[in-house]
Amino acid sequence: MSGDHHGTDAHLAAQVRQVETLLEDRGLLDAAELDRALEAFLARASPANGARVVARAWLDEGFRSRLLADANLALTEVDLSMGGGLQEQRLKVVENTAVQHNVIVCTLCSCYPIALLGPSPTWYKSEAYRSRVVREPRSVLAEFGFDLDPAVQITVWDASAESRYMVLPCRPERTQDLDEQELAALVTRNGLIGVAPV
Amino acid sequence: MTERFPPGARVRTSRIDPPHHTRLPRYARGAIGTIVESQGLHPLPDDRARGLPCEPLPVYTVRFEARDLFDEGEHAVTVDIWESLLSSIDDNANGGAP
Repeated sequence: MSGDHHGTDAHLAAQVRQVETLLEDRGLLDAAELDRALEAFLARASPANGARVVARAWLDEGFRSRLLADANLALTEVDLSMGGGLQEQRLKVVENTAVQHNVIVCTLCSCYPIALLGPSPTWYKSEAYRSRVVREPRSVLAEFGFDLDPAVQITVWDASAESRYMVLPCRPERTQDLDEQELAALVTRNGLIGVAPV
Repeated sequence: MTERFPPGARVRTSRIDPPHHTRLPRYARGAIGTIVESQGLHPLPDDRARGLPCEPLPVYTVRFEARDLFDEGEHAVTVDIWESLLSSIDDNANGGAP
C-alpha cells in the first residue's frame, strides 16, 4: 500500500501548489476559482446528507431499492449528487442486514464519499486502519467498541478505483414511531462507514 | 469496448510488482476472485500517471474470500480492479472462449 499521509502531506501539498500555479500561469484557472469551488463543495458536504439518505431508505421501500440499484440516480430524488468534483463519481450503497455487515476502506489512499459523509476522519486515513481492516475487520470493529454478532458475515469494500461507497445501516429496533428527521438524527458518520452500529 | 467478464465469472488478478503507481493493491495480487459487477469504463491510472496513452477500460468490483488473500479469516473483501489486471480462470473450462 501507499505511504502514510502524515509523511507525504507536505510533499503532496507542494505538488498541488505547483500544478495550481501552472494552471494559473497559462490562464486555465482563475486564482480564486479553485477556492470558490472548494468552499462551495465543502459547505454542502456533511454526514447529515448521508443520514438523510439512510432515513429515506428506511421509510420508503421504493427509494431503498432504487438506492441500492443505482445510487447516483436515487440521490437526485433527494437533491444530492456525487458531482462536487470535476466529474460525477459513481456511488455504491451497500446494505447491512441481520446476516451481513459492510465496512468501507480505501487501502491505497483515502477515497471517501465526502459529499455525503463530510471530510473523512483522521483514523480513516491512517495506515493502521487501511491495512488492518481488510485483514481482521472483526478485531478492528471491536476496537471501535462494536462487538458484531459472530454469526454476521462481514464484507470489506476497498475503494481502490473510481467508485465511492456508503453503508446503509440496519434500522434500529423500536423506531417505528419516528419520522424521517428523527431517524436521520440517529445515523452517525461511523455508522455510514460501517465501524459502528446505528 | 465490450466487457470481457460477466457477473459471477472467476478471475485471477495480475502478479505485477511495478516500480510505478498501480491501483492493484499488493494484498490482492495473484489472487482468485469473483466478478460482482462492472462499474463502467475508466482510464487506467497505472498508465495515466506515467503520461502513457490509455483508452478507458472496464473496471469491475471483484469479490475475494479472506482466506484466499490472507490464508485466514471468514470475511470477504471486494476490490475495484481494471480489466487489464485480470485474467479468466474459466477459459480452460469453456474451451478457451473469452
